Amino acid sequence: MMDQATASPHTAAGKLRLRRYHQARWNEPILFELSRPGQRGILVPPLEPDMRDATGDVLAALPAGLQRLRPPQLPELSQNQVLRHYLRLSQENLGADLNIDVGQGTCTMKYSPKINDQFARHHKIADLHPLQDEETIQGILEIYFRFEQILKEISGMDRFSLQPAAGSAAIYANASIIRAYHLARGAPERDEIITTIFSHPSNAACARTAGFKIITLHPDPSGYPDLAALRASVSTRTAGMLITNPEDTGIFNPRIGEFVEVVHQAGGLCAYDQANANGLLGITRAREAGFDLCHFNLHKTFSSPHGCGGPAVGATGVTRELAAFLPIPVVEFDGSSYHLDYDRPASIGKVGPFLGVAPVVLRSYAWVMSLGAKGLREVAEIAVLNNNYLLAKMLQIPGVSAPYATGKRRIEQVRYSWERLSKETGVHSEEIGLRAADFGVHYWTSHHPHIVPEPCTLEPTESYSKDDLDEYAAILAHVAEEARLDPGLVKTAPHNSTIHTIDHAPLDDPARWAITWRAHLRKNIKRGNPEREP
Amino acid sequence: MRIHASVGIPVHGPDLENPMKNEEKTVYPYIPNSVPSLKEEMLREVGAESTDDFFQDIPAGLRMQGDMHLPPPLLSEHELKRHVESLLSKNSTACENLSFLGAGCWQHHVPAVCDEINQRSEFLTAYAGEPYDDHGRFQALFEYTSMMGELLNMDVVNVPTYDGYQAAATALRMAARITGRTGILVPRILDGGKLSKLRDYLKPDLEIRCIEHDRQSGGLDGKALRNALSAGTAAVYFENPSYLGFLETGGEPISRAAHACGALCVVGVNPLSLGVLAPPADYGADIVCGDIQPLGMHMQFGGGQAGFIATRDEEKYVMEYPSRLFGITSTRVEGEYGFGDVAYDRTSFALREKGKEWVGTAAALWGITAGVYLSLMGPRGMAEIGEGIMARARYAMIRLGGIRGVTIPFSRFPHFGEFVVDFNGSGKTVAEVNRALLEKGIFGGKALAGEFPELGQSALYSVTEVHTGSDIDRLTRELQEVLA
Repeated sequence: MMDQATASPHTAAGKLRLRRYHQARWNEPILFELSRPGQRGILVPPLEPDMRDATGDVLAALPAGLQRLRPPQLPELSQNQVLRHYLRLSQENLGADLNIDVGQGTCTMKYSPKINDQFARHHKIADLHPLQDEETIQGILEIYFRFEQILKEISGMDRFSLQPAAGSAAIYANASIIRAYHLARGAPERDEIITTIFSHPSNAACARTAGFKIITLHPDPSGYPDLAALRASVSTRTAGMLITNPEDTGIFNPRIGEFVEVVHQAGGLCAYDQANANGLLGITRAREAGFDLCHFNLHKTFSSPHGCGGPAVGATGVTRELAAFLPIPVVEFDGSSYHLDYDRPASIGKVGPFLGVAPVVLRSYAWVMSLGAKGLREVAEIAVLNNNYLLAKMLQIPGVSAPYATGKRRIEQVRYSWERLSKETGVHSEEIGLRAADFGVHYWTSHHPHIVPEPCTLEPTESYSKDDLDEYAAILAHVAEEARLDPGLVKTAPHNSTIHTIDHAPLDDPARWAITWRAHLRKNIKRGNPEREP
Repeated sequence: MRIHASVGIPVHGPDLENPMKNEEKTVYPYIPNSVPSLKEEMLREVGAESTDDFFQDIPAGLRMQGDMHLPPPLLSEHELKRHVESLLSKNSTACENLSFLGAGCWQHHVPAVCDEINQRSEFLTAYAGEPYDDHGRFQALFEYTSMMGELLNMDVVNVPTYDGYQAAATALRMAARITGRTGILVPRILDGGKLSKLRDYLKPDLEIRCIEHDRQSGGLDGKALRNALSAGTAAVYFENPSYLGFLETGGEPISRAAHACGALCVVGVNPLSLGVLAPPADYGADIVCGDIQPLGMHMQFGGGQAGFIATRDEEKYVMEYPSRLFGITSTRVEGEYGFGDVAYDRTSFALREKGKEWVGTAAALWGITAGVYLSLMGPRGMAEIGEGIMARARYAMIRLGGIRGVTIPFSRFPHFGEFVVDFNGSGKTVAEVNRALLEKGIFGGKALAGEFPELGQSALYSVTEVHTGSDIDRLTRELQEVLA
């Protein structure tokens, strides 16, 4: 057994040792600055002379105006330069694998098993074309079919589509299905969607894009969605409700069944945004609460890595009554083989190309298969235990509070407030996060609007150990202490990051913003002076 | 084959046998605190008897009774690997055969460095870090948009959206917002799936109308376009190359006609063609969109798609993007680059339903990968691959057009990469032809009758830089045999 003194992250005095972290700082130039004329990063297969003889000069045969006359001004680099550049950038990026990533609440930054990445890169899926003959894609269709059965059991829903390419795309698909349902029933006047302020912004935004008017419910004084406000909002115009539970506060709404009932009574449909499902696997389901639709983010609850912001999948589930509206195609099994069914006249059609993001489906399937029913329940229980443990640690930090539902347990995350600390020190939540980055962890405030003042949302998932959670809480406790002793230190953070405080002003100034290098050269670099502006 | 009783899915061999015959508590490798003693210690610290305490707010009627009915787990990594690989082994890939499938997802060589970079933990597992802890992501995506800007000859390019379908749909919604109009004109020759997406996404307020093609030029019918254009037209959309592979040669007159009545010209383009073909901005496009899958993404059964949208650097355009836009700026240390969100306050993150459409997780990793691809290829690589694909497609059209019973209906038009093969004169259906080819290890082109009944028994064939002359000669020989 390892000596306790070396195994423990604590000092002999019992205080947690903070890391002496410094992120890589390569001062890496922009690729264009590394370019030297004539360098090549890769060679392409040459055109065989026989083919050229047969076709003649295909470019010369192009009509005027269609041939590119001036080559694109792409950088010219050797292969190892390209590799080195991007490896340096990767070192300047704090991936979830490298940090205690509990600071990006609502996003379920859990461990993505490496074996599943190997599956996703396997040539038997990487080299698969989505339009191949069904006989040649039986393996991937079987995985889609099996995973659909798994999601049906986890949610209680009757059918799923895995086509939407992320959570918001699934919310949009649900809004589109709600629209199609009411149109099919001859009720186009139902054009209002109800959501809550603590549901993800996309619930409001996607439904609005689908043409609905949005009614947003605010919490009652205890932090729960306001049932009286819901009752006052429903009418013959109500198309449906898009709601999260637990909301991004981590508080489970025990009256969710009544909410659904109120909307149903008014003739609307209810869609459950299950972005926050990680604490509920095997505990409670969309079906029992009466929902008509739901969606899961496979890159959250089901462990597929976040990829700097995708690729992802938003798995969309519906009851039997709505199955006909799901995007086409769906995967069917006839007892001996799998096939694709496009012949679904009531379908909303395609929400994306082909069958969506197959490697993400594959990873998620493998993840469930590595855990089974008991394992998924363990995921939920430990995610919730971790969250309540971190909650207890956080509340020990002077200046932190967890608004609403006082004394109640939380599910998988908590929206905290630094309001008291901020009032006492002038240090804001965002600044606390930037200082936390100096200790090698990520921290995010919260979605707008900041109904909870000076917020942060922590979601520890099941992936982090007790020691990890102790370390994260110790970092925030340390930063909070710094805010009292030396607020300037916190307000000028980060200090140990790749870069220093950026100048935000040009990013909101049409005269100066530069979204490409060419725009930067044109707008911000003076002609004839290759030096960068300070 | 046995069927798993509870969820009706087949269970194969010994892989799914439950290895847990006894009830010993499993410690899960992905769940550190599944160690019973640690769990107990933490429960004690928070004053809970058991994890059940945390769920007390969930009414009994909503609580699941008993375990979910799921297939038994494969707890060891080795068992899992055997199981998943046994499923995957039932696939037969485009690389194990000779494939001529395209139609929006194309088989190209993926440079090794692309895979090396997008497999890095730091990129693969990052998400939404700040411009400080995720400087690398911001710079890599800024460089991606910058290289796309060079390729497209435009100053503004978004952080990728989901796919080319979404890019087209959003580009058209942007055009409608910019013009304050609702009419959308699209070509009759369009990917049926994309048209379906547009019909869903542009509801309920925008109206789509399809414009026929001119049989002489292959391009949009000028007369039909002029008739359709009105003071209510927000955008004219067309693609280069078209869905069926031939090029729209009338880009300039189309954009002129659109502009003359106050509409925008929106063009979908295959970015891999732009080493040799003029960027749409050069013939008047206001918004350009498409899919970057050809720039370094494996096909992945369609999982490598990602969409781009590009415009000029004008505030009225920039403010209509729903996507993240990353801009370059300075820091308080001289000579240091920093990056951040440009005009964040237009997004749904900032404004919920008052933002532009919505923004969320999409396909950023493929944007980083496309950046790696473009930096490896450089201007010469892009020129060579573009010419090579055009020449190979032309060679294939010549060879296949020489087969008795086969015609290449649009062969007089210039093409990029894809072309229609017409089997109507052969007496065989595309399904029959493809079935026979499959037996010879060849994936024939996509059947087109569903999308274009007027083309009858025709198929869309794709040829890229991965195809050699002998591959195309082999296809020709086998087709001759099948049709003999």
